[in-house]
Amino acid sequence: MILARVVGQVVSTMKRPQFEGAKLLLVQPETPGGEARGNTLLAVDSVGAGVSERVIVVLEGRAAGEALGRRLAPVDAAIVGIVDDIDVQED
Amino acid sequence: MQLGRVIGDVVATRKDPCYEGVKLLVVQPLTADGAAAGRPLVAVDSVGAGVGEHVFFVRGKEASFPFHPVEVPADAGIVGIVDHWTLGER
Repeated sequence: MILARVVGQVVSTMKRPQFEGAKLLLVQPETPGGEARGNTLLAVDSVGAGVSERVIVVLEGRAAGEALGRRLAPVDAAIVGIVDDIDVQED
Repeated sequence: MQLGRVIGDVVATRKDPCYEGVKLLVVQPLTADGAAAGRPLVAVDSVGAGVGEHVFFVRGKEASFPFHPVEVPADAGIVGIVDHWTLGER
């Protein structure tokens, strides 16, 4: 999984039926220190995350499909947790 | 998934038979600000997207799921047309 911050939301009417009712959030991957890293991704939300929250995102199809709870869902990213706090100790 | 914009279509006569009747589009990945991000790629379309439209696409094996039970050998697929997106305060 990766750490990311929710930066926006996407509205889509015409989409695969597995996305029906799912929230699509734009997330910016971040380092543990909170620095943006790489391009924005689009993830389905399964935990009720909102804009500006730090989240945990799975970047793998099967795991993302399980988070969405729908068979044969064409997804590759899902928010699976909201981060309360991160404690990183580097030498 | 990633945001993208459809910038072209691909015509291929000789191809894997699983691609028969499948639309292939050229997609430019975008940042949240709408700027181009990285190189364009070819994606299979399962939502009726067209050139100029904003879309979101999935990468990996999941790109073939909309064509189930046909196992289309694709690694990128358009799975939604974007009406609009909003950015929040950071």
